Amino acid sequence: MEGLFFYAFSGFAVIGALALVAFKNPVSSAMSMVASFLGLAALFISLNAYFVGIIQILVYAGAIMVLFVFIIMLLDLKAEERKTKYNPLFLVGGVFIPLVFLIQLCGILPHVPNAEPEPLHLKESARYFYDQEKEASKEEQSEIHKSLSKGDLPDVNLIGLTMFGHKGDNETIKTPGYNFPLQIVGVLLLVATVGVVALSLRKKTTGEPEPGDPDSRPEP
Amino acid sequence: MAVIKLKRPKLSWYEHLYLPAIIKGLLITFKHAVISVFGKATGSKELASSGLGVTMQYPEQKWDEHLPEYYRGIPALVTDEQGRERCVSCQLCEFICPPKAITIAPGELKSDDEWAKVEKAPKAFDIDMIRCIYCGMCEEVCPEQAIFLRQDYAMTGTTRAEMVNDKDRLYQLGGVREGLINKWNEVK
Amino acid sequence: MDWVPLIITGIKVFFFTFVVILPLIAYSTYAERRVCAIMQDRVGPNRVGIPLTLLGFKKDLSFFGLLQPLADGLKGLFKQDLTPGHVRKSFYWMAPALTAIPAFITVCVIPFGSNVNLFGHDVKLVIADIGAGPLFVFAIASLSVYGITLAGWSSNSKYPFFGGVRSCAQMISYEISLGLSIIPVLMVFGKLNLTDIVTHQSEKGWLLLPLWNEHGSIFSGDYWAHCGPQWLLLLPLGISFIVFTTSIFAETNRMPFDLPECETELVGGYHTEYSSMKFALFFMGEYAAMIVGSAVIVTIFFGGWSLGFGLDSALLQTGEGAWKWFAGFIHLGVFLAKTIGFIIFFIWVRWTVPRLRYDQLMKLGWVVFFELALFNIFIAALIIAAPHIGPLLTLFVGVPILLALAAIMYFITKSVESKHKVNIT
Repeated sequence: MEGLFFYAFSGFAVIGALALVAFKNPVSSAMSMVASFLGLAALFISLNAYFVGIIQILVYAGAIMVLFVFIIMLLDLKAEERKTKYNPLFLVGGVFIPLVFLIQLCGILPHVPNAEPEPLHLKESARYFYDQEKEASKEEQSEIHKSLSKGDLPDVNLIGLTMFGHKGDNETIKTPGYNFPLQIVGVLLLVATVGVVALSLRKKTTGEPEPGDPDSRPEP
Repeated sequence: MAVIKLKRPKLSWYEHLYLPAIIKGLLITFKHAVISVFGKATGSKELASSGLGVTMQYPEQKWDEHLPEYYRGIPALVTDEQGRERCVSCQLCEFICPPKAITIAPGELKSDDEWAKVEKAPKAFDIDMIRCIYCGMCEEVCPEQAIFLRQDYAMTGTTRAEMVNDKDRLYQLGGVREGLINKWNEVK
Repeated sequence: MDWVPLIITGIKVFFFTFVVILPLIAYSTYAERRVCAIMQDRVGPNRVGIPLTLLGFKKDLSFFGLLQPLADGLKGLFKQDLTPGHVRKSFYWMAPALTAIPAFITVCVIPFGSNVNLFGHDVKLVIADIGAGPLFVFAIASLSVYGITLAGWSSNSKYPFFGGVRSCAQMISYEISLGLSIIPVLMVFGKLNLTDIVTHQSEKGWLLLPLWNEHGSIFSGDYWAHCGPQWLLLLPLGISFIVFTTSIFAETNRMPFDLPECETELVGGYHTEYSSMKFALFFMGEYAAMIVGSAVIVTIFFGGWSLGFGLDSALLQTGEGAWKWFAGFIHLGVFLAKTIGFIIFFIWVRWTVPRLRYDQLMKLGWVVFFELALFNIFIAALIIAAPHIGPLLTLFVGVPILLALAAIMYFITKSVESKHKVNIT
């Protein structure tokens, strides 16, 4: 059953990716990219990684691609579709890169043991990962422990734990976490956003419209 | 035209929140809902409402007794006290009718009629009620006071032909009218 | 392979979508018309019933017009399905489905009730009890923008296109405040599983009505000994609630924010070129989104399926904390009642608040709600952290930092606003 879903969703993702390249209409391409993202998210979810799969949909399919579609729709699509300049270099690039991947795949595949893969013991490993001793003491159980004892895998909490670290009972750091790098990356993104705004803001202090300003064109 | 310049009112911080205004609006609609559920909406008595809001439930309740004197309903032809046709087929109404709903075939009275020498009468008089706009111009223009707009308004038919009132039906609708001008009335 | 869980899931999917949500959609269109009519001193649709006069009886049975949705559906099915010649066919056909489907998928994480014990199987009244419930709802709901946008674009006509572009910009803007406003709530709960959130609320009081906890109601001293900063938290949570509810209004294109389909400017909006069942699908999608939105609000802020006021403990079996076998049905009824209450609130607001102008809408989303939701997170964080860092640090470091943040946000917005102010006299 899981195998069936895996092939269905990966087929969905691959077909979406192929269609993204094949379509001439940019909106069709963007929509097939969304389909590909959805297939990918479904694969994540079938691997028990709910949080990653959902964030994949929320960020890529639900926000970034919407902006893409928004911009594409405002373009002159007829002109885009008419563009059929053929360049033989495209073909060379298109053949060369898949060829490299194919050779890599052929190199790896013979070494994979052709056996039924063992089911992942996610819950056991997670239990090992966190609060073994608390299970014994039975007092002030964490959310992770509670979900584990109910038989769920608290992937959101585990991701948070891995990201931000955790201090043990005696104030020693159990897992260091990536709190500081995460904040730095956040600041970096903020700087990039501010830069985009600063670059794209047009100055209109003199009151006279600039020559490139669409508002300054005379009325027909 | 005088130009009146309006200044936008300055809002206090309390009004800038907008939430109090929204809550006030919600309360107003809620009040209306409660009042209309209990059948006490303003004007529900005068408009003969069904008990919910001010609306009247049409086929069950009718507004007939509230109709004003000047209500313009279906046009119809009338006869005088002695049963004579008032219409003399002058065709003024046919000419004035804005949507051209009236068709008259002028004719004469039968030769054995007492008034055959004096007066004419229409051979056929059709009013197409699909076209009629109930403007009342035919009534105004008629020199003989032969055509009147009645208080009826519900005229229906299932075919186009049914919606055309012919002469017999018009007289049947109109009936007798008394006490108007009586040009050729002997009694007078 | 064990087939029983699969069959149970299938039954749950069928029950929740076809028996609960679809009739709710149908009757919320009916309720919309009746409630708005009553608010405007009218009657509304009260005629459609069983036409007994066709069978020779004297009177029709009208049932207050309760069969109106059925008649509307039949009308939608039998009307001519017109596809204009100038549209982009594939997207034109896809768009209504893309609007309706995400709204129906989001139903699967909403906890409709606690457990029901039937024929020896303990059945949870939620289709997929995943650990990231609210995020799943936001993720899938954010996909519904494609349907509207593509409908506008593929119609290849001016006004539908305006509607599509408007809705696209609006939904992206309000998704930010939607996501940010819920963070204080998640900080209070410390979990993302919607079933756990509801269980937590049934024990410790609803989020916006913390009138009881596991030690009794507000009238007992035990409650005050254990309540913690619950009442202080009502300030950030209240702001969260207002921002979240308003953003849901905007996300579902409901009245104060229904610019994508505003009739006075855009003919009909993104569905101008649509007819028959395709048009009806847009409406179904909109109402399904509204129902799911009110279900999420109820689940997060008003205790979901819990009866509240400490009454839930009466439904508990003695001992292990398992529910009695019929508890799920009572909880389902409570949940539906709360959700319907919120749907009526949605309708009430729709027929009260006038539509915003588009620049006002954008200003509300980006200038007011975004900052408010962001600041709200800091307030909640300070209140939650206060017992850990002590009163001295809280009062002399935490509060001044908060105030400074508020002042900076306020003055930056003010200065930007006064720079771009249009002089209207």
